[in-house]
Amino acid sequence: MSFEKELEKGRFYIPQCEACKKLVWPPSEFCDNCNEKTSLKKEEFKGKIIEFSRQNEEYFCVVEFGDSVRIMAKMMTQPKKDQVVKISKCGINEGSYYFQII
Amino acid sequence: MSKVGIIAYGTSPFTKEDHKIESILHKSANDLFQKNPEIDKKEIDAVLISTNNNSKYLSPILSEMSGIQPKIAHSIESLCNSGTNSIVSAFSYISSGLADMVLVSGAERYDSPGQILEWDNSRGEFKHPIFWASIFSKSYKEKYNISDEELAVVSVKNHKQASKNPNALSKKTYTVEDVMNSKKLTDDLKLLDCSRPCTGSASILLASEEIMKKHTDSPTWITGIGQKTTSAGFTKNTSLSSMESTKIAGQSALNMANRNVSQIDVAEVHDAFSVCEPMILESLGFTDPGNGMDMIKNLHQTNDFKINPRGGLIGCGHPLGATGISQTIEIIEQLQNNAKSRQTDNPKTGLIHNMSAAATSSTVLVLEK
Repeated sequence: MSFEKELEKGRFYIPQCEACKKLVWPPSEFCDNCNEKTSLKKEEFKGKIIEFSRQNEEYFCVVEFGDSVRIMAKMMTQPKKDQVVKISKCGINEGSYYFQII
Repeated sequence: MSKVGIIAYGTSPFTKEDHKIESILHKSANDLFQKNPEIDKKEIDAVLISTNNNSKYLSPILSEMSGIQPKIAHSIESLCNSGTNSIVSAFSYISSGLADMVLVSGAERYDSPGQILEWDNSRGEFKHPIFWASIFSKSYKEKYNISDEELAVVSVKNHKQASKNPNALSKKTYTVEDVMNSKKLTDDLKLLDCSRPCTGSASILLASEEIMKKHTDSPTWITGIGQKTTSAGFTKNTSLSSMESTKIAGQSALNMANRNVSQIDVAEVHDAFSVCEPMILESLGFTDPGNGMDMIKNLHQTNDFKINPRGGLIGCGHPLGATGISQTIEIIEQLQNNAKSRQTDNPKTGLIHNMSAAATSSTVLVLEK
């Protein structure tokens, strides 16, 4: 999937339906709304922290992009709810995605 | 739709022991047949296996080991609610007329691969269930002004109830201080807030009305079934302080049974973590949003075993594929007044709530005598 090729390079581009323009998440070749093909929307997405907790010194946050894309991401500083953030680091490690936000 | 009842059941103790999945499965099925020697195995039309284990062909294997040659034999997997989903499949086979008697056996090992949903990459590196449980806890506590000490009562209550259950993994009782002083996993979750994976199995035999009448004068019937899957990924949950799939599945099950929640006398609910119990009770309508802990504290103080009499997942342990079946067996024993020191006051209607993957999927059953 092209999403994962970009993610491996540290780039977080969300798939968007070529027909209805919906952001499609989890990443997929096809739109879950109209079943048409998707392509990556290549922009720097800004997200909002919905909720968070902490394990040791690392915070883990639920972050929302647009109105339908949510991920869990690491944050090294104290988060606040509704804080606007962006992806600072992302990739794939042993098959699992990872995301860090600032 | 023709009636479907439960004719027999068997279980194994829940432990941390290391056994092959085939042996674990056989233990509870064998217990069922030992306790009910009148059952003619030739009458069993289907054998359904509930597990997340990766071993193959488990239904034909259990059938051969138990001396059964069924028409229908296969496994069912749906993470933590595999057990009740298997019961629903058995119900469907019988009510459709494809089978008259169905054995459902669920089993898991302590190292089950079903504990982590590898597909859910939206969780990033936070795939272990303790992370969604921490997010639920944080969100629920903030929304309803609930303290960690209050949430700890769930674990105290369910360990107390499990101490009366000879098959439970935990035999110890704990105080709120014990829970608060247990290992801190995250800012919002302690070790004793968590159910533990374990080794165990549970089996039940479902039958048509005609067969039930031949075998028993005190039948237990499955009168309500509700299921809902809202997504697979945790982050698709629209609310982090209530459970949408549970609300819908619970209402469907009660509608099918033509009951309302005030008529439920006893319930087993899926307390994978402390916070789940109040969220479930609220989502099923036992109490208003935000009041789940008041209900739980009152039950604990009055020694009322109405919710999770067998000790819940927190007290019993959580062998994923066996859990929903074990919950169902507890409600059967309660309705038959066979629950010994866990017995509630002559219940007539019971409910089972079993869910998967941060409540993205829920199954609810209503049982009546």
